[in-house]
Amino acid sequence: MIIARGLTKTYGEFKAVDGIDFEVRKGEAFGLLGPNGAGKSTTMKMIASVSKRTGGELTILGLDPNKRGPEIRAHLGVVPQQDNLDRELKVHENLYVYGRFFGLGRKFLKAKVEELLEFAQLTEKRNAKAEELSGGMKRRLTIARGLVNEPEILMLDEPTTGLDPQARHILWDRLFRLKEQGVTLVITTHYMDEAEQLCDRLIVMDKGKIMAEGSPADLIKRYASKEVLEVRFGSSKNVEIAEQIAHLGERIEVLPDRILVYSDNGEADLQEILKLGLEPVTSLVRRSSLEDVFLRLTGRTLVE
Amino acid sequence: MPSIEKAVHASAWQGSLKIVDVARARNLAWMHVAEARVRGMLKWWTSIAAFSLGNPVLYLFSVGIGIGALVDANGGSTQLGGVSYLTFLAPALLASAALASFQEEMSFPIMEGFEWDKSFFAMNSTPINGSDIVNGIVAASFLKTAVTVGIYEAVLLAFGAIDLSVALPMFFSALITGIAFGAVMMAVTSYIKNDDGFFAIIGRFVIAPMVMFSGTYYPLESMPIYLQWVGWISPLWHGTDLGRVISYGSPQQGWIVISHWLYLATWLVVGLTLAYRQVSKRLAA
Repeated sequence: MIIARGLTKTYGEFKAVDGIDFEVRKGEAFGLLGPNGAGKSTTMKMIASVSKRTGGELTILGLDPNKRGPEIRAHLGVVPQQDNLDRELKVHENLYVYGRFFGLGRKFLKAKVEELLEFAQLTEKRNAKAEELSGGMKRRLTIARGLVNEPEILMLDEPTTGLDPQARHILWDRLFRLKEQGVTLVITTHYMDEAEQLCDRLIVMDKGKIMAEGSPADLIKRYASKEVLEVRFGSSKNVEIAEQIAHLGERIEVLPDRILVYSDNGEADLQEILKLGLEPVTSLVRRSSLEDVFLRLTGRTLVE
Repeated sequence: MPSIEKAVHASAWQGSLKIVDVARARNLAWMHVAEARVRGMLKWWTSIAAFSLGNPVLYLFSVGIGIGALVDANGGSTQLGGVSYLTFLAPALLASAALASFQEEMSFPIMEGFEWDKSFFAMNSTPINGSDIVNGIVAASFLKTAVTVGIYEAVLLAFGAIDLSVALPMFFSALITGIAFGAVMMAVTSYIKNDDGFFAIIGRFVIAPMVMFSGTYYPLESMPIYLQWVGWISPLWHGTDLGRVISYGSPQQGWIVISHWLYLATWLVVGLTLAYRQVSKRLAA
C-alpha cells in the first residue's frame, strides 16, 4: 500500500525526515513512534499526500503523491493531531460536508452520517455546533469524519491523546475491527501500550531517521531483556548501590528515583540483592515493555 | 456498548475504491467548497440580511437625499453631467457595497480556514486542493454579494436612484468590481499568519482612502490631478465609472469604458493566480 525509499523532507537546511525506508502492506497496522520533533508528523503529512517530499521515492496505492495527491487522498482517512472541525457547523453538518468533499451522494451520506454519529456516540449532540463539544467529543467527531469515505488507509496522528480510558478502549476496539475488514492503519502515538495493542509492525524514529523496525514483540526481544527489576533505595543512595550490583542482569540503568535491572530473571536478581544485605525500599519485577525499548533507543532526555 | 455493536454491523464496509468516484469529486470540488462555505454563512443570515438592507437605506437618506438636496439646490447638477446627486451617487454606492461584501468574505473567513479552525487543512485532506478552495470561497462570496447587491438595487429602485431598465447590467458591473477586488484581497490575506490589526489597517489605510478618492461622492476630475491617480489604480473608480455609463449614459470615451473592463479583469486574473499559488503553498507547508 505504501512504499518509501530514501524518503526525505528538508526545510531549508533542516532535514525533518532524513532518508527513511519502510513499507506498509495491505490490512496492516503500522506505527510511527518517536519523541517530539522526530519527523513523525512530517512523514504522516507526506503519506497524507499534502506535503511534498524533497527527496527519495514514495508510492501510495501505486501512485506518486507529488503528482496525484487528490487521487490518493480520495482513498485516505485522515485524523490529524489537532482537530480541525468547522466550528460554526453543527455536528452532523461536519460529517456531511466532509463527505461531500469526496463527491459522495446526498442519499449515501444521509445514512452514513447517522451510522457515524452512532459510532462516535454523538447522536444526541447531532445538532450542537462543533465548537460547543468537549475535547473528547471533538476528537471522536474528527475520527468519525475520517471514516466517512470508508478509506483504504486510515491515518491517525495521536488519535487518543486527550481521550478518557473508556473512549480509548472503544476506539481500539473499533480500529481493530476496521483492520479485520482489511483497512490499513498508519498510527503515530506517544502511548506505548497503544502501540503494543494496535500495531503489527512499527518504526521508531529519532531526528528524522529510523532507529529500529519490527513488531512490538520483536523489538522488545531485540532491544530489551525479558524482564525488568525496579528497585528503589532512596534518591541519595541509588548511585552508590548501583556500583555494588552492577554485575547483575544484562544491563543496569540508574535513574534519580530508582535503579532498573534489565534481566531474564528479575526475581533471581532481587534475591541476589537481598543476599548482599541490601534492602530496597520498594521492589518490582515486571515484563519488559515497548516503553523500555523506546527509551533505550531515543534516550531519556526531554525533547523540547 | 450495544450502540457500537450496531454501528459496526449496521452496514457493510465497501471501501473507498468502490464508493468514491474520484473524477466526480474532482469535477465538483469547487462547488463542494462553496456549499460548505454557504452553510457557514447561513449561520449568520440574519445579520447579513439586516446589514444588506440597513446599509443602503442609511446611505441613501443621509448622503443621497441629505447632501443631495444641498448639491442639487446649488446647481451641482451641471457638473454631474446633468443628473441629480442621487442618480450620480447610486452606481458608486452599489459598487462599494459589492466591494465591501467581498472584503468581508476575504478577511476573517480566510484566517479562520488557515489559522483558527484550520478547516482549509481538513478540506485539503480530501480530493480538494488549493485552487478548489480559492474557487469555492470566491464562488460562495459571489453568491452572497449577489444577494447583497440585489437588495441594494431594490432599495435604489425604491428611491428612484436608478432605472429598472439598467438594473441588470448594473448588477453585473457592481459584482465584477467586487470580485476583482476580492480576488486580490484573498491573495493578500492568504499571506497573513496572524491578524495583529492587519485588517483594521487595510480598512483604514486602503479601503477608506479608496472610497474617498475613487470619485464616489464627487467626480474624480474635480480632484487635483496629483490625487487623481488614486482613482486610476482603484478598482472601485473603474467600477463606479462603468456603473455611471450604464446607469445614465454618463459621457465617457469608448476606450476608457473598455479599459475599465480590462482593468477589472486584470485584477481578477492576477488576484486568482496569486491566491492559487499562495494557498496551495501554505497548505503543503
